[in-house]
Amino acid sequence: MKRFALAGNPNCGKTTLFNSLTGSTAHVGNWPGVTVDKRDGVYKKCAEPVAIIDLPGIYSLSPYTPEEVIARNYILDEKPDCVINIVDATNLERNLYLTTQILEMDVPVVIALNMMDAVEKAGDKIDAKELERRLGVPVVKISALKEQGLSELMDKAFNESLKERKGTTVLQDTALAHLIGDVKIALAGQKVANPLFHAIKLVEGDEIEVEMHKDTLTMVQEFKETFSDEIFGNDFEALVADGRYKYISKHFAPVLVRQSKEKFQMTRSDKADKVLTNRWAGIPIFLVILFLIFHLTFSENFLFLGSIFNLPDLETLGLLTEEGEPISYGVRWLACIYDGAIFSPGVIINNIWNDMLVGELFGWIQGLVEGSSMAGWAVGLINDGIIEGLAAVLSFLPPILVLFLFFSILEDSGYMARIAFILDRMFRRFGLSGRAFMPMIMGFGCSVPAMINTRTLADDKERTATVRVIPFFSCGAKLPILTAVAGAIVMSFGLGNADLITYSMYILGIVVAIVSVLLMRGTTLKGETPPFIMELPAYHAPQFKNLMIHLWDKTKHFIKKAFTIILASTIVIWFLTHFSFDWKFLENEEINESILAGLAKLLQPLFTPLGFGSQLGEFGWVFVVAVVAGLIAKENVIATFATLGACLMAVGGFDFGAIGGLDAINASDGIAAVQAMIIATNITIPALISFIAFNMTTIPCFAAVGTAKSELGNKKRFNWTLVFWLVASYITGAAVYTIGSWWWTLFIWLAVVAAITTVIVLYNKGKIKIKLPKKKVKKSNPSCCEGCSNCSLCDDATKINEKNDK
Amino acid sequence: MQKTLDQFAIGEHGIVRQVAGEGKIKRRLFDMGITPGAEIMLRKKAPLGDPLEVTVRGYELTLRITEAQCVTMVVTDTKNEHGVGK
Repeated sequence: MKRFALAGNPNCGKTTLFNSLTGSTAHVGNWPGVTVDKRDGVYKKCAEPVAIIDLPGIYSLSPYTPEEVIARNYILDEKPDCVINIVDATNLERNLYLTTQILEMDVPVVIALNMMDAVEKAGDKIDAKELERRLGVPVVKISALKEQGLSELMDKAFNESLKERKGTTVLQDTALAHLIGDVKIALAGQKVANPLFHAIKLVEGDEIEVEMHKDTLTMVQEFKETFSDEIFGNDFEALVADGRYKYISKHFAPVLVRQSKEKFQMTRSDKADKVLTNRWAGIPIFLVILFLIFHLTFSENFLFLGSIFNLPDLETLGLLTEEGEPISYGVRWLACIYDGAIFSPGVIINNIWNDMLVGELFGWIQGLVEGSSMAGWAVGLINDGIIEGLAAVLSFLPPILVLFLFFSILEDSGYMARIAFILDRMFRRFGLSGRAFMPMIMGFGCSVPAMINTRTLADDKERTATVRVIPFFSCGAKLPILTAVAGAIVMSFGLGNADLITYSMYILGIVVAIVSVLLMRGTTLKGETPPFIMELPAYHAPQFKNLMIHLWDKTKHFIKKAFTIILASTIVIWFLTHFSFDWKFLENEEINESILAGLAKLLQPLFTPLGFGSQLGEFGWVFVVAVVAGLIAKENVIATFATLGACLMAVGGFDFGAIGGLDAINASDGIAAVQAMIIATNITIPALISFIAFNMTTIPCFAAVGTAKSELGNKKRFNWTLVFWLVASYITGAAVYTIGSWWWTLFIWLAVVAAITTVIVLYNKGKIKIKLPKKKVKKSNPSCCEGCSNCSLCDDATKINEKNDK
Repeated sequence: MQKTLDQFAIGEHGIVRQVAGEGKIKRRLFDMGITPGAEIMLRKKAPLGDPLEVTVRGYELTLRITEAQCVTMVVTDTKNEHGVGK
């Protein structure tokens, strides 16, 4: 099958064109080794089916960003049959800059002049025939959005793919033309493919090229010594870039005839921008938008209508039975939408999905299994292990998709770039760019879409740092832990204010995140603050079709994961909780005999510095089990308390009178369950708070861990991330517990923090030297460039060195 | 009059004279169209004063003050934007 590659600037309509061409055949993955979207699909309306490969959106073929290296290597190494270069007609000059570089490769090229409708609407004209003559390759006017001109484009591309094409350059008028010509002849003599492209990159002093053609480089260097330009000196990279733009403004740009002579005119997008990034209103507007997104996704009181009109809840309306169940099927649907207040769309979708669809379906299967003649353990495995596990994971799907939808809208409309613009100043203090804000704030909803969203970050180290701190932004599933434990503290000790405790824990999470980022950027993920030279694309309405394709991709990805790694792990955990060391099957109530409890007892001493270890006595292991169960889903933490609370009640010997009976323990708010634990273990307040802090900052749920793994794209980095989460949560928990129990330890902690900070600062300034045992990692990889941020190998090497250093 | 891009007032126009800076940043500036001879207008500053938003080659670009310091500009009169340069 012939392969056509789509290349073009970001925001040139490449995604839209790709979706229109390939429809449902599109397949999304990652490029090998890096987390840049790799999308391919099939176009069926040509003479024969053609594979379409969507290259990452790029501005140039420089060696500096992973996207650019991918695109260039794909065209050079994989040799597609034709490159379709999409050019945004509304932004001709900058788009053609990339075109001039693609044309230098020996590959058939067709130019798709996109967004012609917008150009014509503005009253401007582009002479495509003239452009075709000047570029020397076919130019087709298209509108990817309205699907116009697509078949003509593909026919032309197919025709071109049958021919051979030699690279051409626009640099023939520059002072470097001779040098380029000579280098090209030398390279061609060495039988190098794409000699023109390699020659120009070599002249530019491109890192990748210099490594590849060391012998020929001397030619360039000799010339360089004798050469001096009045503006550029002998900076050939600058001369080449300048030569391209000069040629474009002189020869290509004139094909665009503007109706208005005014160069800097106000468009509708500019008017919108005047308000949205306004000096005074910019930040408040952004905060309102952020609030609205979370309100629409998570609020159970849509627009506060319930409070404003004081609406009655279902119980008052007499629609619930005495057990609190809806009286009819219709009421169950109503309960998904309304209970004393109208729910926000996100909650409604969530309720319908979980209660009516997944709940119903799984309940039906569970009923079948129970009614069958299977052995007790098999029923338990299927119903409690597999199905409950799957339901827990699938229950994440609606909030993830709804949040993702909103953030896709922000991204597609162009507003996301403005958020980065507004907040960059604040984030630079932590060595991050403004773009890191969105993924972090999304973490308050759910870590999974938040981690996926780090793809908008260009810098690899910045991305890693962001992925690592996202779990510290306490997600929706961690909130029940906070409210249950905080509520129990207030009830049992008659102390404090539950809301205040919850609120401070959120703040603690943010503080831990900030400290971690500063620490990482100062040590293992050291690097320049990434440059912030970014296009602010014109605002446009997001396209429904693109949004849906985007969401469908995410859904597929998530479900695939739910049915593989997450399913496998839930089964393992089920076995650990339902079998004893002598392989006897245990009922739910016998959990304290299980392998998991045995292991938890082993681990218990480890948690002593955190306040919920050995000092809690015989039943102290329940907190450890809760922590371990939380690794699957944070909802499990409180659920575990409820299960264990019921067991403890069966064990007897405790005075649970104060908290009510079994019903109270099983209540969904979990407060009584935590109170039961307090009675059984005599745990102190600092230890309880340390327990929340540990859960908030430790390894997140399975879904998030799986996402982190695929987003980090590098096994070593992922393993270090797991270690980092464990260490961060352990230190946080220990600090909270010791300071809470003995206030004077605060000074010890401060002294330690100050000492570490001083060492890091001094070390970074070169004032003190610590001998680093050299690892061979760097040497073993010839393509590894010292100190670049894009290469994971350097990153790991630095990390290993850093580790040895400690 | 010459000054660097970060010293521009909002609405001021100019033509790029020279681009300095370390390799990666300079290359990025070039790739985004900030090359000698390009016309730039400073459009606005972010609410916290940094980064800047400029119009160059018909589109909007944002860059930080530290990056704008690399760009030496020749100021042109707003009313006379086509006549100056070369």
